[in-house]
Amino acid sequence: MTGLAFDIAHLLGALVLTLSFALLYQRRLSAAINVVAMQAAVLAAAAAWQAVTRDAGHLFVTAAIALIFKAIAVPLLLHWLIRRLNISTTVEAAFGVTLTMGLGVGVSTLSILLVLPLTAGETLLLREDLAFALAVALIGPLLMIARRNAVIQVVGFMSMENGLILAAVGVKGMPLVVEASVAFSVMVATFIFGVFFFHIRERFDSLDVSRLEEMQGERHS
Amino acid sequence: MSGVDQWTLIGVAQATFVGLAVAGCLTNRRRVLVTPLYALAALASLVMLIAALGALFASDAVVVSKRLLPVGLPDIKSHLRLDGLAAVFLVIVNIAAIAAALYGVGYDAHTPEPARVLAPFPLFLAGMNIVPLADDAFTFLVGWEFMSLASWLMVLAGHDREENRRAALVYLTMAAFGALALLMAFGALAGAGGGYSFDAMRAMTPSPGIATLAALALLLGAGSKAGLAPLHVWLPLAHPAAPSHVSALMSGAMTKVAIYALMRGLLELAGPPQWWWGGLLAVIGALTAALGALQSLTQTDTKTVLAFSTIENIGVIAAALGLAIAFRASGQPLEAGLALVAALFHALNHGLFKSLLFFGAGAVLHSTGTRELDRLGGLIHRLRWTAPLVLVGCIAISAVPPLNGFASEWLVFQSILDATSLQHWELKFTTPLIGALVALAAALAAASFVRFFGIAFLGRPRDAAAAQAHEVSPAMLAAMAGLAALCLAFGAWPGVPLEPLARVAAAAADPSGATTLLFVGGGDGHTAWLAVAPRGNLTAAYSGMMAALGLAALTGIAVGLASLVSGARARRGPAWDCGFPDPNPATQYTASSVGQPLRRIFGSVVLAARDRVDMPPAGDQQPATLTSTIRDPAWHFLFDPLIAAINRATERVNALQFLAIRVYLSLMFAALIGLLIIVAVAR
Repeated sequence: MTGLAFDIAHLLGALVLTLSFALLYQRRLSAAINVVAMQAAVLAAAAAWQAVTRDAGHLFVTAAIALIFKAIAVPLLLHWLIRRLNISTTVEAAFGVTLTMGLGVGVSTLSILLVLPLTAGETLLLREDLAFALAVALIGPLLMIARRNAVIQVVGFMSMENGLILAAVGVKGMPLVVEASVAFSVMVATFIFGVFFFHIRERFDSLDVSRLEEMQGERHS
Repeated sequence: MSGVDQWTLIGVAQATFVGLAVAGCLTNRRRVLVTPLYALAALASLVMLIAALGALFASDAVVVSKRLLPVGLPDIKSHLRLDGLAAVFLVIVNIAAIAAALYGVGYDAHTPEPARVLAPFPLFLAGMNIVPLADDAFTFLVGWEFMSLASWLMVLAGHDREENRRAALVYLTMAAFGALALLMAFGALAGAGGGYSFDAMRAMTPSPGIATLAALALLLGAGSKAGLAPLHVWLPLAHPAAPSHVSALMSGAMTKVAIYALMRGLLELAGPPQWWWGGLLAVIGALTAALGALQSLTQTDTKTVLAFSTIENIGVIAAALGLAIAFRASGQPLEAGLALVAALFHALNHGLFKSLLFFGAGAVLHSTGTRELDRLGGLIHRLRWTAPLVLVGCIAISAVPPLNGFASEWLVFQSILDATSLQHWELKFTTPLIGALVALAAALAAASFVRFFGIAFLGRPRDAAAAQAHEVSPAMLAAMAGLAALCLAFGAWPGVPLEPLARVAAAAADPSGATTLLFVGGGDGHTAWLAVAPRGNLTAAYSGMMAALGLAALTGIAVGLASLVSGARARRGPAWDCGFPDPNPATQYTASSVGQPLRRIFGSVVLAARDRVDMPPAGDQQPATLTSTIRDPAWHFLFDPLIAAINRATERVNALQFLAIRVYLSLMFAALIGLLIIVAVAR
């Protein structure tokens, strides 16, 4: 791989991670949706660049799915959902922004510490790409637990999934990348429909309480 | 009889059991089916008995006949094996099964929903037959679970009563625990290679650690089913809760199947036995015997008395088996064979007289409607046939010569006396204790059955139900009479059953086959029917028939002299009542009052027996009350704290069920991060 190709792939991977951090301090819902859409677009670019440099045509499909579905369709759907369900556009934080960012830095450090020694002997691009991808995949769930908003859970889940796809496209010879991205997209869609049908409005921890308690059974003492 | 014939018989009998279980479901609608179904079950058990006897008496050598069935797990299949040890236990199980099925004809003739018993009953019999025949862990556990679950269903047959439901729950819990322990034992013995057939386990010598683990797991699993303390707590609840013929099978046969599992596992499968397994088993057995006998004295429910007495007898058998293992580990095959033959013979005898006694208790329940000893009395006049049959059982279980119980307990004590020759000083010091506990248990058991028979059958009726009791049906009497006849026969001629048992025990105690001479005439072509002399000479010998004739002669002389002195004609008069005639039968001795002295002497420490008298002040119209309490140490020290701990833990964990989704996500995320940190650090 030429120096330029490596630099561009590296830049795109780092950009995905940076957007994850950007996601962590968004206070408004629509802004968060826009950031995750941008992240998906950068992911699409990363996949496409891998497709070009590695001459792997199927990665174009992954890139297309990321661009059309996750960068355009889902964000539009989420914007429509917010208007439709009258969800307030501010995000109530469970942890403060400082703590959230600190945790984000922590999991990123952990990912690097974990992945770099594990993959010793591989190419530098693969190692760093995997470290970025793991960090993104961990920041997604961090976002899901750090915010009390139902829609932000979808956003966090999408971000986590972006990390997984980033890892998948970075590894040479990874099977079923396309299928995996399709499957994850279906999961995201299901998630959104779940939010819609259950009329989950503000909080993920105080939503349709009566309905959920039916499933939990009887509370003792 | 050739091997093929035996397997055909076994196959036919087992298929019959399965068919009977299906047909048994229909008996609620078609009550005419009850009698033929029980008759067929008795017939199938008879076929099994014939097959087992054929294997036992086939020739001088112990026959081993194997079958491989193409069913079961794909890589194991089902291995069956009929050898001497299996045949002995098949005989024990099927004698009790024939009697129980016969008894069931009369007992279940008028129950409202006979299918509650008749559907699981044949499966119970099938399970108890499969376990001794099994030659791989899978088949063994399948049979074991059939046995457990079918008997559990029959404990639940009276599910309209709260205490039966509780008994069934305790039983099911303990059965599940036992099966789990056996599963662990077999898993440890099978090793990484997965050799689940018993042949593979015999061929492999496990490391001492694995063997010990497997032995302890076997002890827990089979011991919980047999009723060894402290895992006996389910037995006095579940055995009385089932219908009486099922109680008889559970006490007489099912506990013996558990003893079989202990023998097969500890002597054959777990590699060369270590001496302390035997010591541990003997000590547990002796403690169980004493505890069971003592508790049977404190109970006032006929069937609970019998259930605790089962615990006592299982303790005696386990003590003998433990000594056999210790002897074998010390390289003393002759003594090991004697201890094992004592265990086998007592298992056989207990199967006979405990079934007989449960049938007797069932007959009393059937004719009076109560199990409370303190509401019975005077039944000897109403149940003219049942009473002498129960008396035979009581004498036999009290180990009074010339009955079979004496013969086998005498053998047990012979091997306890042998134990001074053991090498390990720990065992040398422990065996006097074991002997003392078993002797105490025997004495307490005798007292318990004097009380049982005296309160229920002698004296005056304490209740209208007892006064109007009617004799039970001929089928029930026939079942009891058959068992009583066997008790008498095995008591008079103990050499007859001991001859095949000694061959089996010799083979099990000494796989090299050197030990053949256990009894007088054992290898010389003589029969040992006249006398039993366990050391092969006459230092200790017992002749049941001589004892019987001697006792008969003494009784005849005593009765003759008495009638000579008192005049020929029998007169009926009022009983001596200390010169204070009171027409109320409630003033008689009760079950509680007979047991009270022994309860106070032995029970105040072990059972924490307490009597509290609440005497109202003078002038108060309130009645005075006497409150007696006892507690089972196993419940108090083991199970109650355990249940409380589980309840506390579940209440804590229950809080986890009511968290918000975000908190669940946080927990999962924290767990993930934690695992990743472990990976990062540990590598």
